[in-house]
Amino acid sequence: MNGNGSGLNPKDRQIHAEDVYKVYPGREGPKTVLDNVNLRIARGEFVSLVGPSGCGKSTLLRLLLGAEEETSGSLYIDGAAVEPPDPTRGIVYQQYALFPHLTVLGNIMLGHRLSLSFLEWHRRKDEIRAQAIEYLATAQLEDHLNKYPHELSGGQQQRASVIQALMKSPKVLLMDEPFGALDPGTRARMQTFLLKKWEETGKTIIFVTHDLEEAVFLSTRVVALSQFYTDERGDEAQRGSRVVCDLRVGEVGNAASSKSKEDPAFTKTIERVRKFVLKPSHAWHLEQFDLSHPDSFHTPNNGGSKQ
Amino acid sequence: MRIKAKLLGIHASPPLWLKSLYVVLPFVLVIAGYALASYFYLEDNPQGKLIPSFGKMWAYFWGFATELDTRSDTYLLWADTATSLIRFGTGLLYAAVVGLLLGLNVAMFPGFRYLVLPGVIALSFVPVVTMLPILLLAVGIGEEAKILFIFLGLVFIITRDMYAAATNVAPELKIKALTLGSSQLALAYRIVLPMILPKLLETVRLNLGLVWVCLIVGEGIAADSGLGYRIFLFKRNSEMAGIIPYTIWITLLAACLYQLLGVVSEVRYPWRYERGIIARSLVAIPELVFQAFRGRQS
Repeated sequence: MNGNGSGLNPKDRQIHAEDVYKVYPGREGPKTVLDNVNLRIARGEFVSLVGPSGCGKSTLLRLLLGAEEETSGSLYIDGAAVEPPDPTRGIVYQQYALFPHLTVLGNIMLGHRLSLSFLEWHRRKDEIRAQAIEYLATAQLEDHLNKYPHELSGGQQQRASVIQALMKSPKVLLMDEPFGALDPGTRARMQTFLLKKWEETGKTIIFVTHDLEEAVFLSTRVVALSQFYTDERGDEAQRGSRVVCDLRVGEVGNAASSKSKEDPAFTKTIERVRKFVLKPSHAWHLEQFDLSHPDSFHTPNNGGSKQ
Repeated sequence: MRIKAKLLGIHASPPLWLKSLYVVLPFVLVIAGYALASYFYLEDNPQGKLIPSFGKMWAYFWGFATELDTRSDTYLLWADTATSLIRFGTGLLYAAVVGLLLGLNVAMFPGFRYLVLPGVIALSFVPVVTMLPILLLAVGIGEEAKILFIFLGLVFIITRDMYAAATNVAPELKIKALTLGSSQLALAYRIVLPMILPKLLETVRLNLGLVWVCLIVGEGIAADSGLGYRIFLFKRNSEMAGIIPYTIWITLLAACLYQLLGVVSEVRYPWRYERGIIARSLVAIPELVFQAFRGRQS
């Protein structure tokens, strides 16, 4: 583990990732995916992670989830180093939304069922069931309680999956391209649904997407990762992704759903991010990165050496 | 477009009556061929035992089913069937439980995997029939030997398949379970286990044939009751009139069991199947016949 070279206290923000490197062994030598990634996220933010294919946005999410281990660097959530997956973080995937062998209701109650003792579960079953049905009603799923996931549409499955994660009241909700496989109409409804849930619960959400419009529309902050940039390491260096663009695009607590996709400012923001995430004809130099978000910070590149 | 082909080619589309005929024809041919062979054979040597007539076989079979055997005070067919099915079921049950638990733990816990998997793989290469002499010497010729034989024949196959099934459960779902508050043990036994149970049933179902082989061979070599014992006894007396009906009886039992497990799987695990399949299998007619009639619905 690296020390905190930035001098920032990891407890200042809910999520603190500093000097994070992720290197995968490959047939043609090790491949660096994340290359000195620094990120601080305040409680209650809705952060979208965007970037070109293979930029490691899902990798960063998996590191925060604890599903994978960073090669070097440090990640903290609520001041504590990230550990293997546990109920502090909820996850919603694009696929594998629900457990196929459980009904919708069974899926939603699963979190409580797993964490309560046998006796406690039977004592509180009715109360939990009522809560689950209430949650499901907010997702228009109250008529599908006893259906199995394969009997639901893609949008219904994803709504149930969000509800399932929220039932456990995680500190952070991680979402990995959750709406990527949905048709545009369903997708728009899901965005509205998610914003409503976010406003109701005030959860910190980290949302991986490759759709810039979705990112800017939903979030309070857009973080772009890219492996296409230049720095002092010269042209031949094999670079992993860094944060190349970090913008505030909305206010926490201020209904982001009031954003209009027709607003010229909205389009301008998208363009501002887009020039960094499309595989650029012009590779931006380190110093040209657009890191205007106040929580954004730098650490010197140490080449990912283990310390 | 009219498809003219009635038998050959991938577009062949015979009408219902012809499909039914195709299904029945091989059976009719075999039975008729046998009847003819038997007729000519018996004409040449009326005392011959090799190709008995249907009447003789039926009489023989009926005798075993309905006449009390004075020596053992049982109806032999039913006594044999019961004994065999109990051995069959016991061996199968042990193998299923042990194989499921081994496979699941091997898949979920890397430490356990390194410890156990190589041994399981090594043992799975031992041809099961070669174990029989060792078993007979080691545990004698009692019930244990035959049940253990079935168990050994099946357990490594089930372990291997359950290992594969548990490994194939999407890692996303495993991670998700952990984020929902599952402990590591609960992940194995309360999430992954129920998800691979249908696969267990399927593995057992597809390997029923092997179980029958183990049962019949075990009984044929060391037993004084059971269907396998009876068949080998007939063989010692060159009594084809007993062997053939017993073989057909065992085949029928095997087919029924196979169908039954299919139905159980579909009724018990509806989440694995699209709607409508349950109704199909409850009809429980051999699948070929079903195929022949499916054209009508679609």
